[in-house]
Amino acid sequence: MRFAILQFPASNCDQDCLHAVRVAGAQGRFVWHKETSLGDVDAVVVPGGFSYGDYLRCGAIARFSPVMQAVKRFADDGGLVLGICNGFQILCEAGLLPGALIRNRDLRFHCEQVFLKTVNPATPFTSALPKDRPSLMPIAHGEGCYFADAETLAGLQSRGQILWQYCDASGATTESANPNGSLLNIAGIANERFNVAGLMPHPDRAAESVLGSEDGLRVFEGMIAALGARRAVA
Amino acid sequence: MSGFPVSGILRVRMKAKIIITPKKAVLDPQGKTVQNALEHMGHAGVTGVHVGKYLEIDLAPGTDKAAATQALDDAARRFLSNPVIEDYRLEIVD
Repeated sequence: MRFAILQFPASNCDQDCLHAVRVAGAQGRFVWHKETSLGDVDAVVVPGGFSYGDYLRCGAIARFSPVMQAVKRFADDGGLVLGICNGFQILCEAGLLPGALIRNRDLRFHCEQVFLKTVNPATPFTSALPKDRPSLMPIAHGEGCYFADAETLAGLQSRGQILWQYCDASGATTESANPNGSLLNIAGIANERFNVAGLMPHPDRAAESVLGSEDGLRVFEGMIAALGARRAVA
Repeated sequence: MSGFPVSGILRVRMKAKIIITPKKAVLDPQGKTVQNALEHMGHAGVTGVHVGKYLEIDLAPGTDKAAATQALDDAARRFLSNPVIEDYRLEIVD
């Protein structure tokens, strides 16, 4: 399986994502933001960082880059796209995912390990995650408070598009386990077709036991398994 | 040096002013923090603060106002603001 890892000016998790993808057993290569084509790839990762200095709004400028037009076409054709942290913000700005990410409720940058409840395990991004306990992954963001209007939230809930929620060690989605004020403790969502997902926590930084958790690796493994199943059908 | 034009035709400078504010339904912790600080300073009667953005866009002299309004309104809606979380007001002054 071949993953494209996008690179914008001030992406800073691109190397981490490439490494994680390789640890998960896939191939990966970088695609520069000025590229108009993704090449022959099976999945796309939009990595974390501070693309274009977070100017105007996080992800607002990256969204208009040539490569994002290619990502849009790739997603429209059913390709798997994962946005992590700033990548999640970019996918929301691009309209590939609903809602927006705004300043953390306490106005602070949060850099810490969080527990995540897998709300919908029946997606390419979540199928390989542990089912008997919450996942453990780090967050590192100042603008991770998920917002969407009431109607959008209700739609996300009813269609199972909420993939991850912040929770405590026991799996309870409490207010105190919510690091940034996200509505419904939302840490990550998918689109209606479940081929595009975004999350604020970093699976790429939880992809080896030496990093304190391997749970993040399961996100990439789930994507690889889904791609394998698609290929077997085709 | 005088600040006044000495001679010649005064070139009309056009500007677009765009004010972007968080939607009322969106949590605005920055506004809340500023409001608290104002109250600590003794400003009574402040019932709300909303922190947004102000953009000033310089336009070439002689720009068609109607066309500029339409183009910048489109830019404000699609790019300069995010309609999920923000409202904007556009004004063109000459």
